[in-house]
Amino acid sequence: MFEYAPAPESRSVVDLKPSYGLFIDGKFVDPADGGSFKSINPASEEVLAEIAEAGSEDVERAVRAARKAYDKVWGPMSGRDRAKYLYRIARLIQERSRELAVLESLDNGKPIRESRDVDLPLVAAHFFYYAGWADKLEHAGFGPRPQPIGVAAQVIPWNFPLLMLAWKIAPALAAGNTVVLKPAETTPLTALLFAEICQQAELPAGVVNILTGAGDTGRALVEHAGVDKVAFTGSTDVGRAIARSVAGTRKKLTLELGGKAANIVFDDAPIDQAVEGIVNGIFFNQGHVCCAGSRLLVQENVADRVLESLKRRMAQLRVGDPLDKNTDVGAINSAAQLERIRELSDAGSAEGAERWSPPCDLPDRGFWFAPTIFTGVTQAHRIAREEIFGPVLSVLTFRTPAEAVEKANNTPYGLSAGIWTDKGSRILWMADRLRAGVVWANTFNKFDPTSPFGGFKESGYGREGGRHGLEGYLNV
Amino acid sequence: MTATTTSARSDLSELGRSETALRTFLHGLPGVDQVGAEQRAAQLSTRSIKTTAKAQAIDLAIRMVDLTTLEGADTPGKVRALAAKALRPDPADPSCPHVGAVCVYPAMVPYVAEVLRGSAVHLASVATAFPSGQAPLEIKLADTRAAVAAGADEIDMVINRGAFLAGRYKEVYDEIVATKEASGDAHLKVILETGELATYDNVRRASWLAMLAGGDFIKTSTGKVPVAATMPVTLVMLEAVRDFREATGRQVGVKPAGGIKTTKDAIKYLVMVNETVGPDWLDPDWFRFGASSLLNDLLMQRTKLTTGTYSGPDYFTLD
Repeated sequence: MFEYAPAPESRSVVDLKPSYGLFIDGKFVDPADGGSFKSINPASEEVLAEIAEAGSEDVERAVRAARKAYDKVWGPMSGRDRAKYLYRIARLIQERSRELAVLESLDNGKPIRESRDVDLPLVAAHFFYYAGWADKLEHAGFGPRPQPIGVAAQVIPWNFPLLMLAWKIAPALAAGNTVVLKPAETTPLTALLFAEICQQAELPAGVVNILTGAGDTGRALVEHAGVDKVAFTGSTDVGRAIARSVAGTRKKLTLELGGKAANIVFDDAPIDQAVEGIVNGIFFNQGHVCCAGSRLLVQENVADRVLESLKRRMAQLRVGDPLDKNTDVGAINSAAQLERIRELSDAGSAEGAERWSPPCDLPDRGFWFAPTIFTGVTQAHRIAREEIFGPVLSVLTFRTPAEAVEKANNTPYGLSAGIWTDKGSRILWMADRLRAGVVWANTFNKFDPTSPFGGFKESGYGREGGRHGLEGYLNV
Repeated sequence: MTATTTSARSDLSELGRSETALRTFLHGLPGVDQVGAEQRAAQLSTRSIKTTAKAQAIDLAIRMVDLTTLEGADTPGKVRALAAKALRPDPADPSCPHVGAVCVYPAMVPYVAEVLRGSAVHLASVATAFPSGQAPLEIKLADTRAAVAAGADEIDMVINRGAFLAGRYKEVYDEIVATKEASGDAHLKVILETGELATYDNVRRASWLAMLAGGDFIKTSTGKVPVAATMPVTLVMLEAVRDFREATGRQVGVKPAGGIKTTKDAIKYLVMVNETVGPDWLDPDWFRFGASSLLNDLLMQRTKLTTGTYSGPDYFTLD
């Protein structure tokens, strides 16, 4: 046997403070009412830091700072000069990427392999990409002189804390807006380190403000009258509430919500690579991915073969310490999320689907869930309809391409889909019919700053990334 | 992989009888997605193998080396020295294992045999008009018989790439069968020369063809064309031996050759073996490295791990 010795990434690169304030108008400040909460390491339940909780008075201060920066500095600044700041931020992110990656894994629970090789390179790439747009907005296809909107309120989730920050802040700043961003309450730390990077880059005060807190902070922020634009990534329920609250106001809204993506494997697919794609589709980031391929639709005549290969491959997944460089699947982000995954998985078993996980030892402390697949799932099962947001795959079969399309689309969501076949014409035929914002062919969970991302139906509206991602931050 | 699961063992042995059956079977194998295969190989390369795992991997890699010299300038003196090194790679450390085999041209086999006699190190000879294979079949078979008669217990043959690329699969198959027969008890390694096959689909088909025809090992390259062993090519071949054993019950070995020069590279391959086909192949009987300069790097890393300091290249023998 070839046992890999522990290969832990060092924590010493991260300089954690015992407590963090709010980042308003270029400075870290205490919250007006002194509230705070703790951010923990989900792999060990160790407290990482005490985090300030922003109240309505803090929201007021932050929005005012953002407005002032918009009116006096950032709005009037030439695109060329805005680009300089964004390029500077992008370079600093690259320089400090190891520190950011370790901190992300500590706070979120995702494996260091992913924060190092996926999250951080994409974060830097987003800033570089949108820096390039800052002085070229008149060529973006939105008219001769597209104008920024003003102050953007941005609320992001805990699954890709820094990457979602980049998706929100980079296009907003490139287009000339200022922002008040609220990171998720379980993963605020990299956003706070990003605030330090803004200071290091000498970004003018008030252009970026970071307010930490939970749902109440987020609600106060998006409902604030001084906000011109709301961008939210998170659950469909909260997205609905936000849509209601901004209805009838002048605020522009983009939402990126849940998903229940179909990953469709045809009998002529490159099986070994399809299995990799299935694994990457659902076990990447512990399945905490809105576009996760959580429903495997496999053609019935190859289902046995594919499942056998999939199980063999799943047995190779290394679940454990997120900071070990050989870990494939890390910790579930929070006790609440673990509870939700357990509840839906139990429902899967209770409704008669067959549950399988490879043998794997889970740590005693922290929040863990073994990679799991359910076979014999039908469209009527809850695990085929509801977003689990965890490492749980529901396997369904189909007979014909038309049936695959029908099943794939038979969901209130429509964020992403995957197609696995050797036949190019079938890829195009399927992509035309799948009601999903992103369709991957013979790959899955691929992201690039040049490529727009967003949903159909209850997966939200508006696009992030690419030229399209500018539209949500411009008056067009 | 419908073709393999539905075929029983007896069906596969019949395939070589007809060109049509072979073609249907080989072209019915699932395709390989190039991007996906390369991505998987790259992902496996990011594994971090440290301390005890590294020590274990280095010793295993040394035992898997086919210490090779295949030059026009090879002489009895040169190959004797190489064989001596194969037996005792690190004269300063008796705990260092011997390598898997010595690999030379047929004319050099007798000299190596003298040195290796009585040892557990195997003696491999390339044959069949290596490296091009562009000679009449009779000559290729005579080449093989001569190598075995001189003492080789492993034969590294080359497939007829010209016939393969022209779609004459049966011709390739028949040559392998004939070479296997000419090899007698010697183990037959079948060199696919993947750098000339170019696509992963071809690599998968050639792998199956070689296994169906009775090859004991499938080997990537001669080391004589610009593209030698790569991680994704070896990945596709490992998947092939895994699926072949599942379909037939017979285990076939894999040997990447050419271009693997560092301990880091060798460990990446071992990780790939471990996570693709599992521990059954983590043995010199089932996995080999065709290499020459790799051995000294393994020895240097081994010394570093045991002593804590790097020794200069002067402390390791150049043979």
